[in-house]
Amino acid sequence: MASGIRDKVAIIGMGCSRFGERWDVGSEALAVEAFTEALEDAGIEKRQIEAAWYGAGVEKVNVQNSAIPLSTALRISGIPVTKLENMCATGTEALRGAAYAVASGAVDIALAIGVEKLKDTGYGGLPGGRKGTFNDLWMPYGSAPAGFAQLAAGYRAKYDVSRDDLKRAIAHVSWKSHQNGVKNPKAHLRKAVGMDTILNAPLIAEPLGLFDCCGVSDGAACAIVTTPDIARALGKTDVITIKALALSISSGAELSTNEWDAARVLNTRTAARAAYAEAGIDSPRQQLSMIEVHDCFSITELVTMEDLGLSGDGEAVGDVLDGKYDSNGTIPCQIDGGLKCFGHPVGASGLRMVYEIYLQLLGRAGARQLAAPSVGLTHNLGGVPYNGIAAISVIGLLN
Amino acid sequence: MKKRSKKFLLLRLHYLAHRSPPDACSHEQKFLVLFSKKNTFFFTSKARPAFARLGIMTFGITSFGAYIPRRRLSRKAIAAAHAWAMPGLAAQGKGTRAFASWDEDAITMAVEAARDCQRDVPAAPASVVLASTTLPYVDRANAVVVAGALALPNTTLCQDQTGSLRAGLSALAAACRAQAPGAAMIIASELRRAKAGSAQEMAFGAGAAAITVGATGVIAEFVGAASLSVDLVDHYRSDAHGFDYAGEERWVREQGYAKLVPAAVKALVVETGVDLQAVKFLAPPSSNASIGALIASSLKIAPDRVVDGLAATVGDLGTAHPLLTLARALERAAPGDLILVIGFGQGCDALLFRATDAIAQRATRRGVEGAIRDQHADDSYQRYASFSRLLEYDWGPRAEADAKTPLTEQYRSDHQITPFVGGCCPACGQVQFPQFPLCVKCEAQVVFKPVRLADEPAKVATYTADWLQYSPSPPFYFGLVQFDNGARVLMEFVDVDGRTLDVGVPVRMTFRIKERDAMRDFARYFWKAVPIDSRETV
Repeated sequence: MASGIRDKVAIIGMGCSRFGERWDVGSEALAVEAFTEALEDAGIEKRQIEAAWYGAGVEKVNVQNSAIPLSTALRISGIPVTKLENMCATGTEALRGAAYAVASGAVDIALAIGVEKLKDTGYGGLPGGRKGTFNDLWMPYGSAPAGFAQLAAGYRAKYDVSRDDLKRAIAHVSWKSHQNGVKNPKAHLRKAVGMDTILNAPLIAEPLGLFDCCGVSDGAACAIVTTPDIARALGKTDVITIKALALSISSGAELSTNEWDAARVLNTRTAARAAYAEAGIDSPRQQLSMIEVHDCFSITELVTMEDLGLSGDGEAVGDVLDGKYDSNGTIPCQIDGGLKCFGHPVGASGLRMVYEIYLQLLGRAGARQLAAPSVGLTHNLGGVPYNGIAAISVIGLLN
Repeated sequence: MKKRSKKFLLLRLHYLAHRSPPDACSHEQKFLVLFSKKNTFFFTSKARPAFARLGIMTFGITSFGAYIPRRRLSRKAIAAAHAWAMPGLAAQGKGTRAFASWDEDAITMAVEAARDCQRDVPAAPASVVLASTTLPYVDRANAVVVAGALALPNTTLCQDQTGSLRAGLSALAAACRAQAPGAAMIIASELRRAKAGSAQEMAFGAGAAAITVGATGVIAEFVGAASLSVDLVDHYRSDAHGFDYAGEERWVREQGYAKLVPAAVKALVVETGVDLQAVKFLAPPSSNASIGALIASSLKIAPDRVVDGLAATVGDLGTAHPLLTLARALERAAPGDLILVIGFGQGCDALLFRATDAIAQRATRRGVEGAIRDQHADDSYQRYASFSRLLEYDWGPRAEADAKTPLTEQYRSDHQITPFVGGCCPACGQVQFPQFPLCVKCEAQVVFKPVRLADEPAKVATYTADWLQYSPSPPFYFGLVQFDNGARVLMEFVDVDGRTLDVGVPVRMTFRIKERDAMRDFARYFWKAVPIDSRETV
């Protein structure tokens, strides 16, 4: 029986670039910005890194294929660098590669980095993706918000929620993240927005309006991992460890059978079960100090609260409106502004979430610091709710 | 033979038919057959068994169907759009015309008309003719695409007929003369573009009609046909130019319709001995009501026998028009009614049919009536102009994506895509589209049983209106469609305007262009879902 990843890998340094419309820099400079911060934080030399995992989610924009762009940007030579892509789970995948390498004993110190340069597309939103030669023949090309808007239709039908009630609840999701984003100097969007503005914004994909959609940003985030022993040897007193890394991918059941009720994301539930088991969490509502979830769209965050078991099925509307996930709620969600306001450079987002939890656990989160958090959860969703990828990590202080 | 009553002749016919062995070659029988063909009682159920025993089969129309795109643009809106330059158009600003969506063409409309025609008809036709002057492909058999969408066996003889607005009716005449074994389907479909501000823009509609002919289940017996081929260029269109150039309307009326149609019909009268006064339905070649009236008066047929050309609501369907008016006559005909249908273009075709008793049992189909009923008023001239590619919008960078279709993939998966065929897993029974090597439910690697989804009942499972994604007709509606048989497919929704799109709403499938590759002028076709309004019966 496998023993899992829990407490086998420590994070000794993290970095995150400023997210946003970084017209002035390319993907190389973004990578350097995050990497330099992480290296200084770790207190190690670059040459001590023995292997790297590099994720870029939308490689056809700006970054080329292979690991060469990263090793060129960081001028790292002679070590294995792996390039990977798994949609919005890319950043967490990079962390997973580096963590598993350390846990296996193959290397002592590894790097995980996610970089995305989206603002060279020339338009807002994510670039539209082709689905492969066969799927292109039949599958409708919807935008990302439209893929997630299907959840809203399904949720309303399943729980008999009125359009107005759901719209108000998802508006609160975005309102809360805008409140939080103001306090984050690295965030893309740092402006509080009123509920009326959110509710009356132009529709992007019914019922999602402009403010129900996250920012599409340029950015990079980076983690340096090693074993807890080496972390202590490097002088780390508060050791941050990975408690769980889980991933779940659709096999087509949601898309091609009636297994999916369109009011939940099955992959999130599967990944959450695995992550809680690996981390030894049996009561997430009590044990999680904070969460950073994939709020690509407001409806996604709302449904994710149920998928993670933090709200009962059909109860997220009430919980959200009650402020349960606000900065002063029982489980603060997106304290850094989330994808909504920190921004969403696809390949970097998973590592950005870990970065925020890392800062909070070490008490380094500045104006948005929470009181004594001990364990946090990150969650990414790639693809669409009916055909996608869920990635979850649990990060905490080593007892 | 001296003059006898019809009753006597019928009795005599039956006597001859029941002689043992029956002898179809006798002089008396030949006379009876000829006589009967000119008289109503040949077409009655009383005479048919006798003819069947004599080995003389009836042949004629066995089914019909129609399709008209749903959007109706008022001619007032057209006139208003051009008022700055052509204030005189206001005089023609009466009624509406049908116009096709961006994702429809002569192929997709033909498929819909043929599906209507095939409804409740168990046997597949042995041949398919697709007649049109606006076929999307000059060199790629358009009829083969249609046959694929209809899931007809690949042994079906498929032909395109083009070159004249008469192409559809000429094909029908040829099929009726040939009386080949097995049913023949003739589909005529037309989507003509007209220059902005032209008379054609006011007159043209869009749509398709389908007719099957054969010897089984005949609802209107073929009586005879006559054709005339004369190079009277009432209008023409070259491949390079793209738009019609028309001759003076009065000249076309006086030298064309008024002279060529009576000449062709005269030949028909000689061949069949029909009394034109007995014609119950005169199905005209175009939507122009004055042409219908002119033909009637030139043939001395009462004006009330002219089938409405649908100028007020639909407009002119070109090649499809005579088949559409014929279908409309078939919808209304009673047993014994004579139907004369006229095609016009570089001459004339005149075909005569007589409704049989079986017309009373004609299957419930959408037909012309259903197609006319299913309409949505849309007074956006700009939308019509954009769909018709008269007006080029700037759709932004999202519209720039390359839409190249790998022809290898298109061929490899054609059995799934064009007929909308999924697979049923023999191990667990799950119906699935698309079909991959392993079952989506039980993961077995099996040989799936083909299941066509095009006619399966289904409902909306999820949906949204996407304003971000590029679509030539925003918003882009799509979501999951749940079929009653268990299959689930992510599909685009179309013809949503004026209807309710919500979870649980029933949908039907329609064959459309999924995407156009403008760079290579290639369209990929697939099926889309149309919400069914609770008021709609079919």
